[in-house]
Amino acid sequence: MSELATLNIERGGNGATAQTETYEVPFEAGQSVLDGLRWIRVHKDPTLAFRFSCISANACKECMMRIDDKVVYACLARLEPRDMHIAPLSNKPLIRDLVTEIGPPAERL
Amino acid sequence: MTTTLEPTHLSTDVLIIGAGGAGMYAAIEAAKAGSNVLLADRSLIGRSGATVMAMMTVAVALGSQGPDAPAHHLADTLASGRGLCDERLARMLCEDGPECILELDEWGAGWARENGAIKSAHAPGHDRPRCVYVDFLNTGPAVSKTLRKVLHRHDSVRRVGDMLIVDLIKSKGVVTGAVAIEISTGRPVTIAAKATIIATGGLTRLYRRSSASFNMSGDGYALAMRAGARLIDMEFVQFFPIGHLAPRLIGLDPIMWDPFRYKLGGRLLNGNMEEFTERYGSSEDGRYVITRDAATYAITKEVAAGRGTPSGGAYLSFMHLSAETLNEAFGPVIKKLMANGIDLTKMPIEVSPIAHYHMGGVAVDEQMGTGIPGLYAAGEAVGGANGANRLSGNAITEVLAFGRRAGRSAAASIQNTVDQPEFDPGDAQAALERVQHADPDTRGRSINTAAMIAELQATMSDYVGPFKTEAGLKTALESIADLEDRLGDVPPGQPGAFEPSRIDWFDLRTMLPVARVVTQAALARTESRGAHQREDHPGMLDEWRCNQFVEWEADSPTIVRGPTITTQETAA
Repeated sequence: MSELATLNIERGGNGATAQTETYEVPFEAGQSVLDGLRWIRVHKDPTLAFRFSCISANACKECMMRIDDKVVYACLARLEPRDMHIAPLSNKPLIRDLVTEIGPPAERL
Repeated sequence: MTTTLEPTHLSTDVLIIGAGGAGMYAAIEAAKAGSNVLLADRSLIGRSGATVMAMMTVAVALGSQGPDAPAHHLADTLASGRGLCDERLARMLCEDGPECILELDEWGAGWARENGAIKSAHAPGHDRPRCVYVDFLNTGPAVSKTLRKVLHRHDSVRRVGDMLIVDLIKSKGVVTGAVAIEISTGRPVTIAAKATIIATGGLTRLYRRSSASFNMSGDGYALAMRAGARLIDMEFVQFFPIGHLAPRLIGLDPIMWDPFRYKLGGRLLNGNMEEFTERYGSSEDGRYVITRDAATYAITKEVAAGRGTPSGGAYLSFMHLSAETLNEAFGPVIKKLMANGIDLTKMPIEVSPIAHYHMGGVAVDEQMGTGIPGLYAAGEAVGGANGANRLSGNAITEVLAFGRRAGRSAAASIQNTVDQPEFDPGDAQAALERVQHADPDTRGRSINTAAMIAELQATMSDYVGPFKTEAGLKTALESIADLEDRLGDVPPGQPGAFEPSRIDWFDLRTMLPVARVVTQAALARTESRGAHQREDHPGMLDEWRCNQFVEWEADSPTIVRGPTITTQETAA
């Protein structure tokens, strides 16, 4: 039996009730939390919302979220074979799941 | 909860789709020429696209450190293009490049200098040092930041992020605007524009592993094709030969080994730790001289012959170098590698070809016009300038040269048209209904669009990658047809704030026809040339020294051949 990472993800926003959903993700050494989130979308739930663009190159700075109560980039945080708690930024308006309004006001519609 | 979101309507002179380097330069130029501009990006402004991810160098014949001229740069570009470059565009890239680089210099881009002169590196495929840079790992971000800073000085440019353009709207044969989704709310948006510039970059997202941003789905190709514009050279996808493969690492761009090879050489070895590129006609000798198509070919062949590394690539080794040498060249990166458990003095890393750039794209004239009135293209979205294989360093040059030209042309076209048809909401109705379509029973779980994208990426990587065969390409077409059937005509779920499965549906609506034309064009070209390698048709054939165009008729693409455009001077 291969190791698993257990991701407890705070979901909700935009009228939906906030709740924590738990997903088990196959663990492979060297993966990022972003890799785990992308695995969930393909294999478990395509509706899980999170922002990312550059895919782990540390260029776009879009995947900022709270992992175990620390504000980090999901692409730089290592996935670990244990329970991890993932939540949206607390100081930005919530759009859905892990997506918050991080664009400057002047660059929105 | 089902509420119909009322469309928002916007109106502008010039709509620019994509806020990477080409889009930003086009916006600056159009604004300078007096136009109001709407600069739309599906991600956050200035964070996505390819320019911001470009680490390396910009090819330009400045002649600042020794004799050089655009004609020499052009000769190298044409040679690298293996006979297929549209010479008008290649010439423009080489001739306009220096002005753009100097303009960016005035704007404070901070090009690296030596004794006061802008410094050039010697990249593979060039006859002399010709590639300027800011810092070996930071050129793209610096270019991006500079353009962004200048953009902010222009009040007539409205920047809107989180906006996905899903269709161009035509009235009386003229592109008059677009229909979009505001991703953060799910609200439909209609846009009236007197001119539209496609600056959406390439199609690297069609593949499993790529070096560009996630959102480069070929959006602009699908938009242009559906609006009736022609695409060119779609079979030519460039793979970057030494993309990082293993061990897994985080926080570093997968093309990071390029600067290492520029500075330190390094040894490219097979699974038996032997040098191998000379078997395929390109010697290595510890220096970085091998062109991208040749290196991709050599690595892929070596893996196919059973001499690959454990993860299925080649080794890149710097073990012959001392820790001091490595630290001196790349101190901060060496530290990051150590944090990832990689000690370059003790172990080689594994590399393999990774989707990097697309030579093909929207066919344009010298003014960046697509032939459809009101529609222009710029940057990587343009096809033809780089032929069958792009020369190192030409990507940012084309971003700048073509972005600038497209911005000027679009602004000028507005002055010239008196009775151009205006945006007619009736022509946008079908596109609007698709965006507003709601299926109240599901929240986008009726089909797994994320899994479908992964399936498409697997198909393209396995059958339409660096090496192709007739059988493989036909398998790919079957798989694409199957995905098209499953996608259906309407998106799953209902409009809402940041609905990823719905956004993926619109992306598949873009990616599938683009994947189809790449595959069809590759199947039709029964030879091997540059980045297009057919195992069943090795060797370059004279009869194939021509371009293939995609024409869109009755909702489906057709591939037609056309002569390669040469200019009088080089034809003589």
